[in-house]
Amino acid sequence: MSSWALSLFQRELRLAVRVGGGALVGVLFFLAVVTVIPFGVGPDLNLLARIGPAILWIGALLATLLGLDRLFQADRDDGSLDLILMAGRPLELVVLIKCLAHWMATGLPLVAAAPVLAIFLNLEPTAIGAVTLTLAAGTPALTLIGAIGASLTVTLRRGGLLLAVLVIPLTIPVLIFGVSAADAAVNDPVPFMTPFLILCALSLISLVVGPFASAAALRFSSD
Amino acid sequence: MARRCPTCEGSHTCHRGSLRSNKARDLVVRRAVLKLIADNLAVDRGDRRVFAGLSFSLESGNALVVTGPNGVGKSSLLRTLAGLVSLSEGSLNLHGAQSERSVAEHTHYFGHQSAVKPALSVKENLAFWRDFTTPAQVSNFDPKEYVAQGILEELGIGHTSELPAAYLSAGQTRRLAVARLFVSPRPIWLLDEPTSALDANSEAQLIDLMNDHLRRGGMIVTATHTPLSLSPLQSLHLEALSIDDLAPLEEIG
Repeated sequence: MSSWALSLFQRELRLAVRVGGGALVGVLFFLAVVTVIPFGVGPDLNLLARIGPAILWIGALLATLLGLDRLFQADRDDGSLDLILMAGRPLELVVLIKCLAHWMATGLPLVAAAPVLAIFLNLEPTAIGAVTLTLAAGTPALTLIGAIGASLTVTLRRGGLLLAVLVIPLTIPVLIFGVSAADAAVNDPVPFMTPFLILCALSLISLVVGPFASAAALRFSSD
Repeated sequence: MARRCPTCEGSHTCHRGSLRSNKARDLVVRRAVLKLIADNLAVDRGDRRVFAGLSFSLESGNALVVTGPNGVGKSSLLRTLAGLVSLSEGSLNLHGAQSERSVAEHTHYFGHQSAVKPALSVKENLAFWRDFTTPAQVSNFDPKEYVAQGILEELGIGHTSELPAAYLSAGQTRRLAVARLFVSPRPIWLLDEPTSALDANSEAQLIDLMNDHLRRGGMIVTATHTPLSLSPLQSLHLEALSIDDLAPLEEIG
């Protein structure tokens, strides 16, 4: 990877983990959502085990959305976005690197926290493994799709809510196939690989579409 | 309301907005003279025409000071030159430029915002822009080579290089933003109120650095309300088109 890309990646990671970066906000929110659900649903262990993967996935989706509005807005607020646009680097790659760093700082902790939180939901070991694997394959798609919403709402002062409204419909396929793959791992005879491979395909599609759509939206944002 | 430029300040004559330097230019023989040519620029923001019919040309080694009342479109002009606002009409060319790059990629934009991240140290802030911004090398522009620490020392904030930028004062933050112009050389500087938040010493130093940039074949376009002693200097005065001027246009329309 060339030096500018590495430099951008390091900057994004540093900004995410330092004061005001919000890398841990997502995972704390995830923890809050998942621990509250058993109190609401009640102490029915079988029910919790059945809806567990869905709770983890919904928690991860909402936690991902939480920090996304700042993905480009933080750079716009202090004038960095203007300089990024005129730096002469391919904007699609810039977006991709920013998303990668954002996922490392916010998505990866969610994947790492999922096995621990799965215990709260009475998931059996196979299901824990499956839901962690599907989150690892699916959360990059959430970040990349969210980047489109983040760049569309970059000029708005309170774009966070609009971002959620724009992005959630687009993330529904990811949610459906993520949860069904995790369910399929425990419930025979449904195959695990079919929904899991579709989930991987969704991530790969968003890997291509996300940066291009997002870069196109950012080019119009400076006007 | 439509606005039209330009009337030039100073004793020299001006014709249809084209600009001529009021100082005798040193006749150095140059290979491909870098020349920025703006022809009949018009810019709309939202549905509002900000300015129209703006033409000027600027050669390597010259500064252009854009003056005019608030809201007349000085910042819009600089942002247009930086490629951040798209042109509605007219054309912008840079002769002697690297052909595969846009005009904007030959410019440094120094706006009201400093683009400094408080969570990063001073050194990290500067190193990022050094690595991230592509330098633009053109034939008759010979920038002074600076390392990051060198320019920080020169601007008097060398001792802060390990501190988070959040600890800097407004003036120091501004100086850190100035340092960015030197670590990744580009021939055209677009400076929007460059001396705001700077004390008298820093201001004098910045003007020295700007004059040095001009001597080395760079160009400066600056919007300012305070007179800057740059040489050679051209000026471009933007004025709002009055209602009387608009009336005939409306009759034609």
